[in-house]
Amino acid sequence: MSTGIDHGRRRLLRIGLTATGALLVAPCAWADPTPNVPPELLGDDLTALGPFVRIERDSRVVIGAPACEVGQGVFTELPMLVAEELDVDWARVRVVQLPYGYVAADGGGDATLYGAQGPAATLPAALAQLRQAGASARWLLLQAAAREWNLPPEQLRTEAGTVVAGDGRTLSYGALVRSAATFTPPAQLPLKAASAYTRVGQPTSTADAQAIVTGARVYGIDTYGPDALVAVIARCPHLGGSLARFDDSAARKIAGVVEVLELPGADAAAAATGVVVLARHTWAALQGRAALVLEWQVPADAAATSSSALRASAHAALDGAGPGIVVRKDGDAARQRRRPARHRIEARYELPLLAHALMEPLNALVELKQDGARVVAALQDPDGASRLVARLTGLQRKDIAIELPRGGGGFGRRLDHDALTEAVLVAKAAGKPIKLMWTRGDDLQHDRYRPFAVHWLAASLDDHKRITAWTHHCAATPLDPATPNAGLLGAGDFPAGHVAHLEQVFHPLATRVPLAGGPWLDALRAFAVQCFIDELAVVSRQDPLRFRLAMLEATPPPAGTDADASARLARVLRECAARIDWSTPRSGGQGLGIACHALPGGCFAHAFEVSVDDGQLHIQRAVCVADIGRVINPLNTTQQLAGATLDGIAATLQQAITFKDARVQQRGLADYPLPRLGLSPRTTQVHVIASDQAAIDPAWAIASAGPALANAVYAATTVRVRKLPLLPELMRML
Amino acid sequence: MPKSTQPPAATPAARVQPPAPLAISINGKPYFHDGDPAMPLLWFLRDRLRLTGTKYGCDDGGCGACSVLVDGKLARACAVPMSAAATHQVTTIEGLAGDTLHPVQQAWIEHDAIQCGYCQAGQIMAAVDLLRRKPRPGEDDIAAIGNLCRCGSQPQVRRAIARAAELLRGERK
Ligand code: FES
Ligand code: FES
Repeated sequence: MSTGIDHGRRRLLRIGLTATGALLVAPCAWADPTPNVPPELLGDDLTALGPFVRIERDSRVVIGAPACEVGQGVFTELPMLVAEELDVDWARVRVVQLPYGYVAADGGGDATLYGAQGPAATLPAALAQLRQAGASARWLLLQAAAREWNLPPEQLRTEAGTVVAGDGRTLSYGALVRSAATFTPPAQLPLKAASAYTRVGQPTSTADAQAIVTGARVYGIDTYGPDALVAVIARCPHLGGSLARFDDSAARKIAGVVEVLELPGADAAAAATGVVVLARHTWAALQGRAALVLEWQVPADAAATSSSALRASAHAALDGAGPGIVVRKDGDAARQRRRPARHRIEARYELPLLAHALMEPLNALVELKQDGARVVAALQDPDGASRLVARLTGLQRKDIAIELPRGGGGFGRRLDHDALTEAVLVAKAAGKPIKLMWTRGDDLQHDRYRPFAVHWLAASLDDHKRITAWTHHCAATPLDPATPNAGLLGAGDFPAGHVAHLEQVFHPLATRVPLAGGPWLDALRAFAVQCFIDELAVVSRQDPLRFRLAMLEATPPPAGTDADASARLARVLRECAARIDWSTPRSGGQGLGIACHALPGGCFAHAFEVSVDDGQLHIQRAVCVADIGRVINPLNTTQQLAGATLDGIAATLQQAITFKDARVQQRGLADYPLPRLGLSPRTTQVHVIASDQAAIDPAWAIASAGPALANAVYAATTVRVRKLPLLPELMRML
Repeated sequence: MPKSTQPPAATPAARVQPPAPLAISINGKPYFHDGDPAMPLLWFLRDRLRLTGTKYGCDDGGCGACSVLVDGKLARACAVPMSAAATHQVTTIEGLAGDTLHPVQQAWIEHDAIQCGYCQAGQIMAAVDLLRRKPRPGEDDIAAIGNLCRCGSQPQVRRAIARAAELLRGERK
């Protein structure tokens, strides 16, 4: 293997032939070791598991997918970048999943670079590195062809897996691999201009589609260690509670149950919070758990952790119990609100806790040995996982091998390591390899939830139907007490800047409920703001679309607003309206609704056409328009946007997690419905406005879906639902 | 990992007299189960046979991730105990394709009805069942498919069902 190293750029490339004579190009993981150490001394610490390209002698190409696929499309999109620079026929490319590639020398790993969430979230440096991998392999093949033909490489070009000479002669990549491996590429090669792309920007099917539709693709839950026992855990259902006592005599009698243990706390002093059943197969483990007699130590203040207490504290805060945190204050909204105005309205919107409810509940396979560990789990943050396992086991990170199977959904839930932590603790305590399984009940009851929020909005409109004062108070459970309003109420939120007198105040609500961030946070405030705008349009008898556009397209743009961002938001609204045929009035119980949401770097709009008859909601059409920067695989982007739309529909209509006595009340999917065909729009249309700006994750489109749907329900029924989930409220109010 | 094995001849410790083994046909091959007759078919498929295309997704038979065909009819493998599955013919996602993909699988690939993909084996089995009963399914028939998909792949699933219906009727190859 030749090794090219460029310390200045902190990049390292390995070129070689495999045992079968294939060309291998494997840039090592991102962070290179301390510059003074010569490469040969680095030895085994440098595991070349960065993006790799392998070209077989028959010209088949294998590209390694460096990030864990959980439905965000990285398994296809990231290798597309390599294939683009390599100039190969995508139909001849096979994509394989790489394990987590850890570089020991600087204590850091590389996998987090490749997009915990999706390619949009992947660092530009990591994307560039993938493209360099393809460009390097192509460069090698060009040199080999130049040598073969005795021509300068500059006179050659590549096309779909072949090198082509000026006179039309061609050589396939496969025929060149042997010779190509003898060259050393420069550290940095020029990359293709976007105008020359042949694969990036083309709709590209999921690379492992065939394996998925035949049931062959392995997910985390499908991994069985040779001797691994299946572990399920009975956890204390009460937040802050612990195990008082238990009787496992019946559980131990179940055929297949091998062992019953207390779930060790993360440190020696911590009380056990559950009981682990280890069994030879899943059914025995589940039966064993069901047979446990359990008694929990319920915390004395359990009654205080409930949804009704949260709701009461939110309304008390909004009624003026506390001063709150001023997030933004323009002019004097409070004074302005007391003035006579053509219209003065106010409203409160209440949004529940939500669960991630991944289709594949969490699981992890852990095998601990004296000198190393093997972990198999779908992880959105394998780097963090590697650190965690090292901390819990005392092993060195280089000795912890992490394999990344496909994951049945991510949504940020696999950024946390709840199941992995338990699996390591159990494997340690049991002294055996274990496969930890979470059941659906575990998943709903022991999640990290979307924060709970109540928004109070008040506004005045003048005779010209313009907003003169806007007050937005939000009472919600912060993710981080140090930055309470982060993600929940932001100074840049629409319509800030478009209204002279504006006030945004945040009221943090204390809770013991574990919480998680992500795109669903934006759905909280977008719902309140975009429904309220609709309410203002209704009272002032304006078209809700034109009302929004009048603010966004005011000339000159109000001082302090970002004219470009306003124009982008207006554009997605106009596109969306055109596609749902907004200007054609609907009759016969049909209603149209629209909403939009902006975040730094992009924006979204949704429109819905719905009807309600016999107490049944029918969603005829959904339109989603997104302006989200660079797009690698338009097919995937479209699906992500449609998925976010459906997620928004399900969350708005039916989902809520509620607590009573510090315990989640939902037990299964009957209590927490996920998207299904019966509540999906008959047609869903997605339109992407691509640009060369930095990409943003299409999952944020969830934010505008909910309010657009609620606005459409209002248009169809004249019933305004301000408390989610919408369907039960609507049925109550109709 | 072998795709199919004969189940190990384990004797339940709690029983003095082991019950007679249950015979079952899965994807055309005969198997025997001598464990707990109450064990759901789902775990027999997954844990014993390593036919892991049939997925686990819930505890109340509501998600459809475990959908299989029993004697050609749709069933939820998590809700069928081995005692009830015995003597019947089970088809799982692994047994759907012959030399070529089943038209429903082909339609799924054409419309890329895959996001995380976890629910899709179940969605495909549900579509196979629907299109067998209703070659020209209407909106109500499609809406009646109760399979859940957290990723919101329903728009692609709808298109894939329509395409599969065409393929199965022999229209527009
Ligand atoms: S696992 Fe069988 S229906 Fe959910
Ligand atoms: S594709 Fe992920 S749950 Fe359906």
